[in-house]
Amino acid sequence: MESPGFIHCRNLFRSFGEKAVLRGVNLTVEQGETMVILGGSGTGKSVLLKHMNGLIDPDSGDVFVDGLEISHLGEDELREVRKKVAMVFQGSALFDSLTVAENVAYPLYEHAALSLDGLRDRVEEVLSLVDMEGDGGLYPAEISGGMKKRAALARALALSPRCLLYDEPTTGLDPVMTQRINRLIRDVQRKLGVTSVVVTHDIESAFAVADRLAFLQEGQIRFVGTREETKATSDLALHEFLHGV
Amino acid sequence: MEELAHRWSFRGLQPVMLIGELLGGIGLLVYEVLRCIRRRWEGSLIMAQMEHIGVRSLSIVILTAVFTGMVLALQMGSYLSRFGARPYVGRILALTMLRELGPVLTGLVIAGRVGSGITAELGSMNVTEQIDAMRSMGINPVQKLVFPRMVALMVMLPLLTVLADFVGVLGGLFTSVLELNVSGSFFLRSIIQFMRFGDLFSGLGKSFFFAFSIAMIACYNGLQAEGGADGVGRATTKTVVMSSITILVSDFFLTKLFLLL
Repeated sequence: MESPGFIHCRNLFRSFGEKAVLRGVNLTVEQGETMVILGGSGTGKSVLLKHMNGLIDPDSGDVFVDGLEISHLGEDELREVRKKVAMVFQGSALFDSLTVAENVAYPLYEHAALSLDGLRDRVEEVLSLVDMEGDGGLYPAEISGGMKKRAALARALALSPRCLLYDEPTTGLDPVMTQRINRLIRDVQRKLGVTSVVVTHDIESAFAVADRLAFLQEGQIRFVGTREETKATSDLALHEFLHGV
Repeated sequence: MEELAHRWSFRGLQPVMLIGELLGGIGLLVYEVLRCIRRRWEGSLIMAQMEHIGVRSLSIVILTAVFTGMVLALQMGSYLSRFGARPYVGRILALTMLRELGPVLTGLVIAGRVGSGITAELGSMNVTEQIDAMRSMGINPVQKLVFPRMVALMVMLPLLTVLADFVGVLGGLFTSVLELNVSGSFFLRSIIQFMRFGDLFSGLGKSFFFAFSIAMIACYNGLQAEGGADGVGRATTKTVVMSSITILVSDFFLTKLFLLL
């Protein structure tokens, strides 16, 4: 079946026990754009994001990635999809027992047929993309929150994905590091032309990185528009969310 | 069933549903693990787990077995003396160690030391989204995390059990010679004459089953842990309790089975 955009969610419903988190989400992310999903805490932004690479299956509805419906695929069949759609987790989710370089090398070792030298070169290359040359030997416990986010981004970039999913990329960072991560998200999108989906409740970051913004409330996408359209919105709930009143 | 419980305001079905959910979850994990047999075996991961699970458990297993053997000999010696049956102490002790106490005590010790460790490790990985990160890279966590632990446990627990049997008998020998005035050579000779390979294999058969159970319960609870440190703590406790109960209950049925064979 033909589907618009690189990622297309159609009428997604998802509940956890009694709690209905997604109640008919429809959203299309175009190839090469950065889509920011805004919403308050606990509105289901991360849940929606995890539908986009099959980490969570919907109760009903469809998720199309690059034209392929993925919501009913098994873990083995999702492997190819996940090589195309990488994810940067909220808490970075680096493997504690591995160094930064080993973390970055991990997906390469599993999926890319590279020699040891090729592996090392690729690790250095992606670490330099996030300004972490020379930090590969450090363990996650030895680096700051900002460095962890950058290392997680490097790991996500290792397999040259076509799409990146960011779950709260600037949460818990100081303003300088927040700016730096925002710049990185823009740079990665410009240099590599990847499609990006960023989930956040940080308004400044959202406007810094977005091509378009979507507003998730009460389990549905209430608004989708460009930065200008978002600023000029007449949607009361979004207006309240943006201005904190 | 949930509807029934709700409609009748009847909470009696809840434990049944919880047990059903648990058995279903572990069953699915077992199915996933069995599918991994036909995929690439991660030799280095398995070896690392064997070292972690087996070699590092040596001291606690030896300590448990040697003192169990010693105390068994002491108790049996004093009791059997009343009937003039003290010379039988070696055979009874060896039979008890090989068929029962070797596999069960080693299983319980490993459930406590290794099972809890596996749950804590996988649980921490789960609550910090490392398991999801693995899945998001197209890497199967069952193949990378569960399968090597299961193989390592199924190799190492029977080996540790054989060691526990041996050390337990040595402990008994030590007490028998020093406290019960039984000659060491008689003690050993009586064991060699009396014991059959079936006694050893019965214990080993049990230890294979215990190893598989501990691995599945520990990994399942780890992968299901949620809610931060508190959730990991609860999952770890659950693993030790569930594994211990499984070992003790299944021991009865396995004994019955091996006696029939």
